[in-house]
Amino acid sequence: MSEFKQTFNSSLGKKLIMALTGLFLCTFLIVHLGGNLLLFKDDNGFGFNVYANFLTHFPPIEVIAWILYLAIAVHAIYALILTVKNRKARPVGYAVAAKSDASWSSKNMGLLGSILLVFIVIHMGDFWFKYKYTHEVAFKEYRTDLATDQTTVSDYTPVSADFNHSVSTENNVEIVRVKDLHARVAHTFGNIWYVLIYVIAMGALSFHLLHGFQSAFRTLGWVHRKYTPIVYGIGAWFFAVIIPIGFALMPLWYFFMHKG
Amino acid sequence: MSNGNMNLTLKVWRQKNAQAAGKFVTYKAENISPDMSFLEMLDVVNESLTHKGDEPINFDHDCREGICGMCSLYINGHPHGPKRGITTCQLHMRTFHDGETITIEPWRASAFPIVKDLAVDRSAFDRIQQAGGYVSVNTGGVPDGNAIPIPKVVADEAFNSATCIGCGACVAACKNASAMLFVSAKVTQLGLLPQGQPERYRRVQSMVAQMDEEGFGNCTNTGACEAECPKEIKLTNIARMNNDFLSAKLFRQEVLHEEQHGGA
Repeated sequence: MSEFKQTFNSSLGKKLIMALTGLFLCTFLIVHLGGNLLLFKDDNGFGFNVYANFLTHFPPIEVIAWILYLAIAVHAIYALILTVKNRKARPVGYAVAAKSDASWSSKNMGLLGSILLVFIVIHMGDFWFKYKYTHEVAFKEYRTDLATDQTTVSDYTPVSADFNHSVSTENNVEIVRVKDLHARVAHTFGNIWYVLIYVIAMGALSFHLLHGFQSAFRTLGWVHRKYTPIVYGIGAWFFAVIIPIGFALMPLWYFFMHKG
Repeated sequence: MSNGNMNLTLKVWRQKNAQAAGKFVTYKAENISPDMSFLEMLDVVNESLTHKGDEPINFDHDCREGICGMCSLYINGHPHGPKRGITTCQLHMRTFHDGETITIEPWRASAFPIVKDLAVDRSAFDRIQQAGGYVSVNTGGVPDGNAIPIPKVVADEAFNSATCIGCGACVAACKNASAMLFVSAKVTQLGLLPQGQPERYRRVQSMVAQMDEEGFGNCTNTGACEAECPKEIKLTNIARMNNDFLSAKLFRQEVLHEEQHGGA
């Protein structure tokens, strides 16, 4: 076995893979939340639809997206491998459940992660798959008068089935024709069950990251008297509070403010 | 109970040997003084079992003053009982109340097979130690004491880690039956001091390899080990071991001990 193979097959090597993929997914959450804040813009989805179009048609982003899907898969598969190994390490359990004061989130990472994985499948099926691989998402046309900066919106039916998007300028009016993912979002978030699934999943995300973010730093061996409290603070307040609340506000906002 | 003595119900795991199936057996522990240690209470129960011609309960013990690491017992969901920072031999019966039911289980880990009843085989820890938990000292004149200056914070951290008695409570407490707190304490105690430097990166690789070989689980940083350790070994040791291991594997030239000595 080569030395690198040996390293990544060791218990600590597998944990390293968990930590690195986990932290990569954390950085993705920042970008995902940042971009999706466009959903809160009252512009008939113009900004959001152009952003969604950019994400799916800019090659470097496409590459990163596939690395992202790979990271999710590796994180889940290694979690499964490690869990099976951990169960094998204690074939006979205790009659009295452990009463040590380890945090609830740290003891339930597998459950929280499974909820998140199911959510990711639902979430990507709703938006990513329908946007990229079906014709279910309709088109919108945004006409912006470059002189007055006024934008009007109308439905657009493409002539050819292969139509993706177009940007053109006629008589000082910019015409942008893109897939209307915004309408799909508004429609999905009008359904109370979807809203519930999203909010519950964001609760799971909060507890998963409450333990996961700081745990990843421990696995990498980055513990320091001066910096560890900062890592804890970022993990608890930014990743376990601000990020999940930011995401959860989107379905809630659309359900209560945007109905229909 | 005018004299303050207690009557207790014990649910004890009985198992003939590693292969046999075990089960819980209920015993009465009567007229137990609150000043007895937990092990003395078991001695009293065993005496009455012996008088009745029954097989006494087998449990590990040796020094009975909290430094040998021999006693174990998973008592009511806690290794070494419900109190922090003590071993089972230092646990007194006044911690419990009259009429209480106490469940006593052995350490549960595939790497710690049951020898009999509550006694488990912890020689996996010995093998991890032998894999690299030492400092090689060459023969020659005795060096002067305190000839190598060591900052106090470093010495404190090393000595705190050196208080690990290798009892295995960390493995027993961990939901994954991981031995990382034990191994990291041994890695830290030597790796922090100047005398341990020459073998630092080989040591961590060898000890982790042996730990994996023994079939312990993987750390998920829950911190149950730190909470239950009778010597209050810190979780930060695990991060320090991770750091040493990853730098050894990814950035250093050192290889495992066995390979260095030609696969011995």
